[in-house]
Amino acid sequence: MADAGRISQGSAELIALGRSLGGQVCAIVIGDAESARAAIAAGADRVLLAEETPEVSAGERDARLQCHEQACREYPQDLVLVGETDDGAEVGPRLAARLDAACAQGCTSVEVGPGGEISATRPVYGGNALARLSFPPDRMAIIVGRAGMSDPLPQDPERTGEVVRLSPVIDPGRVRVRSTRTVRQDPAGVGLEEARVVVGGGRGLGGPDPFGQLGDLAVALGGAVGASRAACDAGWIDHSRQIGLTGKRITPDLYITFGISGASQHMAGCGEAKAIVAVNSDGSAPIFRQAQFGVVGDWKAVLTGFMAAVMELRGD
Amino acid sequence: MTPPPGGANFRAVTPRIVVCAKQVVDPETPLSAFEIDPSLMRVASAPGVPPVVNGFDENATEAALRIKDACGAHVIVLSVGSDFDLSVIKRPVSMGADELVLVDAPELASLDAMATAYVLSRALARLEADLVLCGRQASDWDNAQVPLMLAELLDVACLPFVRDVSLDAATVRAERITASGYEEIEADLPAVVTVSNELGPPRYPTLRGIMDAGRKQPTVLAPGDLDLDPGRLAPTMGLEELYVPASRSVCEFIEGEDGADAGRLLALRLREEGMI
Repeated sequence: MADAGRISQGSAELIALGRSLGGQVCAIVIGDAESARAAIAAGADRVLLAEETPEVSAGERDARLQCHEQACREYPQDLVLVGETDDGAEVGPRLAARLDAACAQGCTSVEVGPGGEISATRPVYGGNALARLSFPPDRMAIIVGRAGMSDPLPQDPERTGEVVRLSPVIDPGRVRVRSTRTVRQDPAGVGLEEARVVVGGGRGLGGPDPFGQLGDLAVALGGAVGASRAACDAGWIDHSRQIGLTGKRITPDLYITFGISGASQHMAGCGEAKAIVAVNSDGSAPIFRQAQFGVVGDWKAVLTGFMAAVMELRGD
Repeated sequence: MTPPPGGANFRAVTPRIVVCAKQVVDPETPLSAFEIDPSLMRVASAPGVPPVVNGFDENATEAALRIKDACGAHVIVLSVGSDFDLSVIKRPVSMGADELVLVDAPELASLDAMATAYVLSRALARLEADLVLCGRQASDWDNAQVPLMLAELLDVACLPFVRDVSLDAATVRAERITASGYEEIEADLPAVVTVSNELGPPRYPTLRGIMDAGRKQPTVLAPGDLDLDPGRLAPTMGLEELYVPASRSVCEFIEGEDGADAGRLLALRLREEGMI
């Protein structure tokens, strides 16, 4: 599924994932003809295009949900893949309830067996366990997947595909939630859950100021800053940056931590990172049990050397 | 929940808020005590580690109590399941909620998200709620689905993942968390809202609250009271495996002449691996 304008990285990943599972990939696009073409270039065979109208305006999730619902009713699919974004995590279960489909959130892998049997794996119990789920053939499967399940295919502008224009009928009585104001708190603009590199800080940093330095490093690496619950509870950084059981679940390619001990509460939010790099003064900290690379030492000195080398490697 | 449409039935008197809460295995259980029963495919509470109320549901309770503090509300805690530990599930009452309603039966022990939402919707049909507050997700199965499905089954407004919620007559206002900040949203009652940790830590029960909760007995409902359709309790998908993932490879420690040197070597090593 994609929305307005060009298609997002997450949508391109889902299209690539759909292609790797075999069968025809159909993308639901709420946007314009240009975004429909982008979905085809990213690997979709067919696009169900609901054009933006005043009723389907970008801010009205309830209206867009009706578009998705009608697309799935008119063109039933075996499997609907949804990215686990702010909106996707809402769309999946609501769509499932409307369509009497089976829905799984936060999946990290999807398989389709030789007979077309769909299964998915997702972390449960804060990442302490994995559950493999099977979807019955008589229900539509809706799988909400974490970022990074598949690499996008190279864009192919020459690729052709079918564009089916939908004419969604929006029931205004079911557009109930109004958006009155959007507040951006993160000028860097890289969302914690979408970032491919996350730089995390914890209690070991000792105060709010070091998060500025971590922010500089995150910007240099094109990533986002996160934190442990201890750092958030201490007021050093906003709770929206909290990674863990009671915070955000991240799945970056690289998670670099400074002064985070790695309590299970925190690891529940980052255990699915492809690689963890830990810097901590305590060599017995549990974070090193899950880290691929580690430095035991004073975070400040290590960060200074690390940052300087990163800038040098970037050629600045 | 009073039948909508359009929240026309909103009572001008004290609003009724239902908080949906779940009793879960303590997520802070040490990994060494974390065990899966492979035949039952479930995780049981470790000996000596009592279950807890799901943390996000405590956030939802806190949100309800803030509304109660601000403008008055009757707060009902609703839970579906079996094997309730009253000393645990009464915690939201000891924090300040007014009533506890349990839908308790062995066949409700391990419902999937859709079935849980269905049972909650049947219970809510009796509770005349203006506003339903739920935790964003439960720390056991991490589904983050039940409240969203519940809103659909009730056919009312759905305001998920919020960090603040308030009532203004028949309108609910909330701050929905987004990747880059937050969004102010609102809807007419009735509505289902899911609360996230960004709301801030839930209050501790007071001594008085604990004593009050001790005296209050829960209203216990059985499936028969709710006229449940057994067909809708069946799972929508199968659980094929539940297992502890293999641990990662051994950590490669980078050492240098001093901290800064180790940092430099770390960057070079990560570049070598193509990670930065």
